[in-house]
Amino acid sequence: MNATKHDAQPATAGWHNRRASLLLAGSAITVLFAVMAIGWGSFRIPAADAAAILWKRVGGMEISGNWPASWETVILDIRLPRVILAALVGAALAAAGAVYQGLFRNPLADPYLIGVSSGAGLGATIAIAFGLQLGWSGLGAVSLLAFGGALSSTTLVYLLSRVGGRTSVATLLLAGIALSSLLSAMTTFLMFRAQDAFRTVHVMGWLMGSFALANWTKAVLMAVVLALGGAVIWSHGHRLNVLQLDEEQAHQLGIPVAWTQLVLIVAASLITATAVSVSGVVGFVGLIVPHAVRLVWGPDFRFLIPMGALCGAMFTMMADGLARTLLSPSELPVGVVTAFCGAPFFLYLLRRRRNLAW
Amino acid sequence: MGRQGIRRVGDSLMRSLAARRTDVPVSQTRFGNGRSWLEARRITFSYNGTPILNEIDLMLEPGRMLGVIGPNGAGKSTLVRLLSRLLTPAQGKIRINGRDLSEWRGADLARVLAVVPQDPELPATFTAWEMVLLGRTPYLSWTGREGEKDRQIARQAMQDTAIWHLADRFIGQLSGGEQQRVVIARALAQQPRILLLDEPTAHLDINHQMETLGLIAHLVHDRQLSAMAIFHDLNLAAQFCDDLILLSAGRILAQGAPSAVLTPNLIREAYGAPVGVMPHPDNGLPVVFPLGRSV
Repeated sequence: MNATKHDAQPATAGWHNRRASLLLAGSAITVLFAVMAIGWGSFRIPAADAAAILWKRVGGMEISGNWPASWETVILDIRLPRVILAALVGAALAAAGAVYQGLFRNPLADPYLIGVSSGAGLGATIAIAFGLQLGWSGLGAVSLLAFGGALSSTTLVYLLSRVGGRTSVATLLLAGIALSSLLSAMTTFLMFRAQDAFRTVHVMGWLMGSFALANWTKAVLMAVVLALGGAVIWSHGHRLNVLQLDEEQAHQLGIPVAWTQLVLIVAASLITATAVSVSGVVGFVGLIVPHAVRLVWGPDFRFLIPMGALCGAMFTMMADGLARTLLSPSELPVGVVTAFCGAPFFLYLLRRRRNLAW
Repeated sequence: MGRQGIRRVGDSLMRSLAARRTDVPVSQTRFGNGRSWLEARRITFSYNGTPILNEIDLMLEPGRMLGVIGPNGAGKSTLVRLLSRLLTPAQGKIRINGRDLSEWRGADLARVLAVVPQDPELPATFTAWEMVLLGRTPYLSWTGREGEKDRQIARQAMQDTAIWHLADRFIGQLSGGEQQRVVIARALAQQPRILLLDEPTAHLDINHQMETLGLIAHLVHDRQLSAMAIFHDLNLAAQFCDDLILLSAGRILAQGAPSAVLTPNLIREAYGAPVGVMPHPDNGLPVVFPLGRSV
């Protein structure tokens, strides 16, 4: 490794050149994963049949097979939006997690750190506890209030952490923790006040995350927000690399530090808020996926962000597949599965590479 | 429209946005193309009402290394921060190539002026190569992708600082001296015309101090850089600088050639320490030594 010849490129540079093909391969595997995941559920559909049905109905090919007609409805109306939503939410959480870990230069940062989840949780709990009946094309009161709560709490954290026209990431973190505790207390208060076991279970289920209520509106909404926010985040990958130095060095390399931080916080918070409002608080994905990708492939955010998004998509599709099959016909909250699979894997990686954990 | 096309459109968009502020050519200076100078006129800075620097005048010129010495708390590091725009002076002007420092766009400034900080925080999991490549930041387009030219310049910077063989090592595996040279190589990859160094040899042993300062002095004279470095060690300052500034309590106590600044009286006034000065046996530059106990 150290025997770099005088003329040769460093191995690191060669690795940078191979990354595009790795991303391409990752995308292909993610699509394969999705086709497989469509087969999973309360009854199994073989992957080949699932692929053929997709090819026929989405690709517009003339294919006839000997599967029941109901399979086509199940796949197109139920499983496909669900799998796509799980993939998009996983990608969003992993990308946002990478951003927060980079901004705070802290491997324990996750997308929920500065108030998104607690604000969304309070919004959703209000909707559930008071049985609000409002909706907007496929998005129910829970989603709408969760989104509003997530954005309000993040904005509040940001404003609270501004001192004398400046925001330090350390203050942002502390303000986030403090406000999150307050909002969580309010959520718990509302749950107990409701005195209604059904609603309490509903709130708890939502707080652990689930894709059971997926539909095309949610999937399309998530796709649009992720495409916009993800493009902003990915194009700031190099600036995030520079921000891994201290702020003084970043300034001296010509980076507008405060502006870059604001842009990244807004983009990451928006995609996280959208993810939470369509699926509840799916934990662990935004924490472990970006961290694991960094441990395996190194800290370059230009690669970490897209690769993290792909791995987050695969991980979440897999977790959702397990969530709907393990206790079939009933379902587990997907957050239980992500924590159950994610935590041990994370510990394994941490032990293996502990010398260079960050 | 391929990747090149998208990149071209993005670049021209960013250029047109930036054009309003960068209409003054960067490289045309009274010292000729590719050379830059920095002048500070009567700059004053105070922090929470406490004056740190008072009416500082200085000039950094191509091919000359200015050493800044003075006791702890004299304001040396604050001076570097003011000149690199991390802080804004309360009064006075700082100009680079005749243009006020506040008018420079961040990336343009980073192409002309590079800083080697005193104790930079370096992420341990970057390789030395990746760290040096970060010096190309002010030259990258909005996509943040380095090209072949950037890699060549980064490689040259690593060869100039004799760390090319460490390219694939992680920063966390390097010694303090090697890390310091990585930071210097990163500064060189910025292709600066002005170099500010805050105690560039603070954590190095005498061998690496000589080697690093020799390298910097060589680069300053060879490439006609305008350089300023802060020194704790008066003798190293005398050996490697063309001019010295002695700061004391935020004011310039003395300014000029090493032999004019390093006198027993001035050093006693600034540091309060009794010292003697004698000429170096090889080159006659001043050597400062502590006065011994009377025997």
